[in-house]
Amino acid sequence: MISAQGLKRAGSDPSTAIVLLITVLGAMWSLFAAAYAPDAAMRGQSWLILGGFLTGIFLLVGSIAGGGVVTDEREYNENLIKAGVIASLFWGVAGLLVGVVIAFQLAFPVLNIEAFGFTNFGRLRPLHTSAVIFAFGGNVLIATSFYVVQRTCRTRIAGGIWPWFVFWGYQFFILVAASGYLIGITQGKEYAEPEWYADIWLTLVWVVYLLVFLATLWKRKEPHIYVANWFYLAFIVTIALLHVINNLAMPVSWLGSQSYSLFAGVQDALTQWWYGHNAVGFFLTAGFLGIMYYFIPKRVNRPVYSYRLSIIHFWSLIFIYIWAGPHHLHYTALPEWAQTLGMTFSIMLWMPSWGGMINGLMTLSGAWDKLRTDPVVRMLVMSVAFYGMSTFEGPVMSIRAVNALSHYTDWTIGHVHSGALGWVGFVSFGALYCLVPWLWKRKGMYSKALVDWHFWIATIGILLYITSMWTAGILQGLWWRTYDALGFLEYSFVETVEAMFIPYVIRAVGGVLYLAGALIMVYNVYRTIRSDEVEEDENVIAQPALEPAQ
Amino acid sequence: MSEHDETRETDAHSGTETTGHEWDGIKELDTPLPRWWLYIFYASIVWSVIYMVFMPAWPALPGLAGETDHTRGLRNHSERANVAEALDELAEMRASGFAALEGASIDEIESNPELLGFVRAAGEAVFGDRCATCHGVGAQGFVGYPNLNDDIWIWGGSYDEIRHTLQVGIRSEHPDTRFSQMPAFGRDELLSRSEIADVSDYVLSLSGVSADAGAVGRGQAIYDVQCASCHMDDGRGDRAQGAPNLTDQNWLYGGSREQIIATIHRGPYGVMPAWEDRLDDATIDALAAYVFLLGGGEDATARPTGQ
Repeated sequence: MISAQGLKRAGSDPSTAIVLLITVLGAMWSLFAAAYAPDAAMRGQSWLILGGFLTGIFLLVGSIAGGGVVTDEREYNENLIKAGVIASLFWGVAGLLVGVVIAFQLAFPVLNIEAFGFTNFGRLRPLHTSAVIFAFGGNVLIATSFYVVQRTCRTRIAGGIWPWFVFWGYQFFILVAASGYLIGITQGKEYAEPEWYADIWLTLVWVVYLLVFLATLWKRKEPHIYVANWFYLAFIVTIALLHVINNLAMPVSWLGSQSYSLFAGVQDALTQWWYGHNAVGFFLTAGFLGIMYYFIPKRVNRPVYSYRLSIIHFWSLIFIYIWAGPHHLHYTALPEWAQTLGMTFSIMLWMPSWGGMINGLMTLSGAWDKLRTDPVVRMLVMSVAFYGMSTFEGPVMSIRAVNALSHYTDWTIGHVHSGALGWVGFVSFGALYCLVPWLWKRKGMYSKALVDWHFWIATIGILLYITSMWTAGILQGLWWRTYDALGFLEYSFVETVEAMFIPYVIRAVGGVLYLAGALIMVYNVYRTIRSDEVEEDENVIAQPALEPAQ
Repeated sequence: MSEHDETRETDAHSGTETTGHEWDGIKELDTPLPRWWLYIFYASIVWSVIYMVFMPAWPALPGLAGETDHTRGLRNHSERANVAEALDELAEMRASGFAALEGASIDEIESNPELLGFVRAAGEAVFGDRCATCHGVGAQGFVGYPNLNDDIWIWGGSYDEIRHTLQVGIRSEHPDTRFSQMPAFGRDELLSRSEIADVSDYVLSLSGVSADAGAVGRGQAIYDVQCASCHMDDGRGDRAQGAPNLTDQNWLYGGSREQIIATIHRGPYGVMPAWEDRLDDATIDALAAYVFLLGGGEDATARPTGQ
């Protein structure tokens, strides 16, 4: 089928019919759940799930009526990426906002308001972590991977409607998971809180994601697969594996929200941290290294520093990372041989991680002046610097003796955030600042100065955040272990809680600054898309079309 | 690489050859691995192997590694053994102090500087972990949780009485717990709203706060019927029943008129856990002495009326 613009469209092909069938089946299941769910939470949430599936049916019917999705091989699918950019910004601001709220709740417990139980720290904390990691980070990864794989394979994304299914299905997963947290549906595994039905849905979306990505690689018009795609592929494959295994569970009822994990006791803890650590390793490291490997050389217009380094650090990173999870369980019931395994592999992981940093930073050689002239490059380079710092801090903290001090303290929180705010956040912002002018065909962002403001405000925010958490964490660690000469603890636990007040306030202020930076970015992106007037930026080089116009 | 040789080019800035591949304008330099990177990577692997030789590192078949299910390494390392040893060391450090404390009277504790220091250290540690969450780090108390620094005791302030309160708790699940219960006069509709207001005015007048004379008069009549059996005719309370003194201007649940009305309305039911099964006797001794020494301890013979 050919559309009015002369572009080939899918029409009502078998793929569209299958997606329609999935949404109809989903709607029927949620109707049954609304009627017969054994628990009140599920009866409530099933209406939201039903609404999601009905919206899906509605969108599909509308799409078929308009001739189906565009599948023209002469064009890159850029609307998909535009949607991903907007979703990333939306979830980014939402996740950071919740983070600021819970930071203030820790500093001022009175903000946990009894009458609004669903807004208490315990409900909002997983909402924050999932929103920033999976909603923001996940959308950035899906959007950039779909962009990069098209460009570096010189071919349109494969699968017709399926990449759109991945995009909307993923947003739907986020909504189901997030609303579940607020009404108290959780399986209590960190970073894996969603219950079985949300997990099954994500598995479906993720497998489709993998197939779309592989099919696009398969039909590439370049002889080789670019390094960014290796990292994206490692991320997609490993997350599928981790997600499925860690969430193996038996539902109490096929219409209820409760389930019981296949694993128990220390086996459950080890499976959880095998998952949790590799969520960091493959979601937040490998995936975002894929972003780095495309956007830094593109933005600075220089060749990647070392092809050999990219091969060696890729394979050593993915081989070693997968074993490092037990370092989350030092000094627990986990057998000591497994703790040793986790610690030594974390140490060996140091250089493979730094290989990415070297390749990212050294790609600038010959273009270091851009650090002065291009705030987007500054953001990307700062992200690589934070990547280097936190991938050094991680192995240090995995050493048992250091871990004895740092574990269960706010140092861990500081470590996570130097990686999350510094590396993941900045590399994402940098990539989005590259993408917006490319996708909307502008000569630059609306304001380069606002990009600079974003950079500096957010950097100060990160510094406040991590320095206050280092102080807080080391103080906790030292006070918890201080004995007096007679053999009694010098400080009570509640004294260490009281001492957290000032660091917690500083941390919250740091969070406010980081959020403010993101809001500046949203405004800047909005004005760029609206195209009031953009500043011409010599660092923005327009991206070529898939096929030159005839 | 030979198939790409013709496309390899030399980068003008670094003088390094590219690999000849290009994706969307991105090329790659064929820079060798940085030596320092490679050597540190090797060193971290060598170090890890050495660590594995010295520390527990391998799961073992049953019977091959002694009593554990894994190798102990050349250091014969066991964290369980380390913890047990550290706990023994602590117990040893504390042993002589606890031995001296056993059976000591509060006078003996106070007159022995060494024992006094021990009691303060031991008591403070336990207090911080078990008591401070409610009573405050400085034992200053909060609304609903008594201040332990002052001279006011609802259940008795001698060393023995404090120790007994710690053992059995207050309104706890212990069979011999300290127990008293003030009726919820408002919630259970034993008194009307205006009657509770009148009693509050009367109770305030006991502490010397001036209130409407008419209300005080009406309140006193109600007080004599409803409250005097526990708090006594003069309002000075009765320790045997755990009924607080109402004349000392000290208010467990707040001394404003609104707070007193609320207290009478709901009949407070504050709970302290019994520590008998959760702390050993020696620790309870130390804790009791610590609380006694906070400043409000009474002689065993002291029997102030009421409070």
